Amino acid sequence: MRQRGIIAVVLALAVVAVLAIAGCAPKRGTTTASTAKVQITGAGSTFVYPLMSRWSSEYAKLTGVQVNYQSIGSGGGIQQFKEGTIDFGATDVAVSEEEEESFTRPFVQFPVAAGTEAVVYNLPGVTQHLNLTPAVLADIFLGKIKKWNDPRIAQLNPGVQLPNLDIVVVHRSDGSGTTYIFTDYLSTVSKEWEQKVGRGKSVSWPVGVGGKGNEGVTGQVKQLPGAIGYVELNYATQNNLTFAAIQNAAGKFVLPGKDTGEEATRAAVERLKQDIRSSAVNMPGENSYPITGFVYVLLDKQPKDTAKAAEIKKFFEWTLKDGQKMAAELDYVPLAEEVVQMSLQKLAEVP
Amino acid sequence: MGKTSVGTPADVSVRRRGGGATFWSDRLFRTVVVTCASVLGLLLLFFAYELWQSSTLSIRTFGWRFWVSREWDPVRERFGALPFIWGTLVTSIAALVIAVPLSLGTAIFIAEVAPRWLRQPVSFVVELLAAIPSVVYGLWGVFVMVPWLREHVQKPLVERFGHIPLFEGPAVGVSMMAAILVLAVMIIPYITAVSREVILSVPQAQREASYGLGATKWETIRRVVLRYARVGILGAIILGYGRAVGETMAVTMVIGNRPDMSLSLLQPGYTMASVIANEFTEATSPLYLSALTEIGLLLFVITLFINALARLLVWRVSRGEVHY
Repeated sequence: MRQRGIIAVVLALAVVAVLAIAGCAPKRGTTTASTAKVQITGAGSTFVYPLMSRWSSEYAKLTGVQVNYQSIGSGGGIQQFKEGTIDFGATDVAVSEEEEESFTRPFVQFPVAAGTEAVVYNLPGVTQHLNLTPAVLADIFLGKIKKWNDPRIAQLNPGVQLPNLDIVVVHRSDGSGTTYIFTDYLSTVSKEWEQKVGRGKSVSWPVGVGGKGNEGVTGQVKQLPGAIGYVELNYATQNNLTFAAIQNAAGKFVLPGKDTGEEATRAAVERLKQDIRSSAVNMPGENSYPITGFVYVLLDKQPKDTAKAAEIKKFFEWTLKDGQKMAAELDYVPLAEEVVQMSLQKLAEVP
Repeated sequence: MGKTSVGTPADVSVRRRGGGATFWSDRLFRTVVVTCASVLGLLLLFFAYELWQSSTLSIRTFGWRFWVSREWDPVRERFGALPFIWGTLVTSIAALVIAVPLSLGTAIFIAEVAPRWLRQPVSFVVELLAAIPSVVYGLWGVFVMVPWLREHVQKPLVERFGHIPLFEGPAVGVSMMAAILVLAVMIIPYITAVSREVILSVPQAQREASYGLGATKWETIRRVVLRYARVGILGAIILGYGRAVGETMAVTMVIGNRPDMSLSLLQPGYTMASVIANEFTEATSPLYLSALTEIGLLLFVITLFINALARLLVWRVSRGEVHY
């Protein structure tokens, strides 16, 4: 009994000693290497995560600066940034005026990347890109067009053998920026959609089933004949899903992609200069893909740690200049030169 | 000398009489276990308080209508929990209806019927099922069960019995039915494993006495073993039910996530745990967050209520007031 007691005391002392040593070690480390190793932490949008990890690893190779990004969702990113627990936030939907009022510190937001969303479908025997107009697309998602061989779809696609199949709408069940951009588009092109459903990261869908995440929607569409859904372009290409050409504001049917997306970001720049929150959906331009959205970064305008702020600024300068090439490689949309210039101006507001 | 030599008779006798060292360690032990128990209790109270606190905005805005409203519109910020309560209760109860007979049958087989050499392998397989993470069940559900269910179960059902509300089409695959089946598969190992232990712990003398009176194997199992083990089996069922009510990931992946209330098992539905998991991360407005928290509070209350009900049942069964 006694001996065990003594052993326990010795063990406890040993644990305390180890903890004490461990506690000292990082302290010593940080004092000597604080100038060499800078750690930047950010969080938010899941959509931009693959691109952010690529940027982060490339940038670490170049400069040794570590950028840690956690894809906790746009809403979470805004929240964490507001509470000051991270250095930058990333969101698929710009911080609204309403939300901005609840911020205690001044901040700046600007686009760092963009993406297009593909309208994907599973129609046995149909491998070509179907043409869809905004009105038809809205009516499909409103549940008013119920069959694939509906005359309104057939009329847009002469020569395509459309099966007599029920349309099953598949949407995101989790709150997401992807859903926001898609419903923002439908609200822009259809008065009825705007009144009945509206735009949001989660909405009350008139019809359909919900899949969790881009992968959930992809999975459902892939295995369910007659299904139609919306996903970010890279999910559509990686899973070999067929996607539709959507009629843009200029009346042309365009496919999602980096060129058509870039065209849309170029068309959006004038509106962005007036209001950074303007959406990039249904932009004018012969080749603009209409379902395009930006990813915004949030930065502190009055940072406490100015040395670190300078490093953060350098990192985003790099993403806006050299980083855009990598965006194209990963099926994102590189920002048009005009948008890059505007974002750089916004970035310059950070001291 | 007794101080250094451990375990001598003298030392033991000192301890029995309540020597200093023993007294000290007993007190320490008592303090530790009391702390453990009270931490759990406090944690429960803290959860309840915190949930209540965070849902006050929603409670004040919607009042009791939150319980009965079928609307869930994050854009216009009109929230009601009824479809989620419906989905949770229907899926968990139906899963229990499927899982209980299967689990009891398996448990009885393992404990009473199977030859000795077969017991271990069967038990092992059942326990293996319990160790599979729920997201794996979900993936299996999405990629294997749902397509199979759609082609070979739902489509024939709609064709033959589509006029009955219970099997109204269209057959989409993801549905309440898919969620019920995945849940049933997930809770079977729990109910089986616990029931098996309970049945094995029935004293052998009970069985021998029954055989001695001329009872057959079936009569012995039915009237002696199960009767003796009923409280424990009820406990096993409650454990399974608790898991079914709270399961999130696997259900979300196969239920279709649609806040509708349909009698049809083929239609998509939604559960309370699923909607919280789906929408919490991107809910930014205070009212939206508060409504989601209130769903958490409701889930908490419903779980407590069901547990209390089950306790009552266990109590009455063990006193012999309820016969089955």
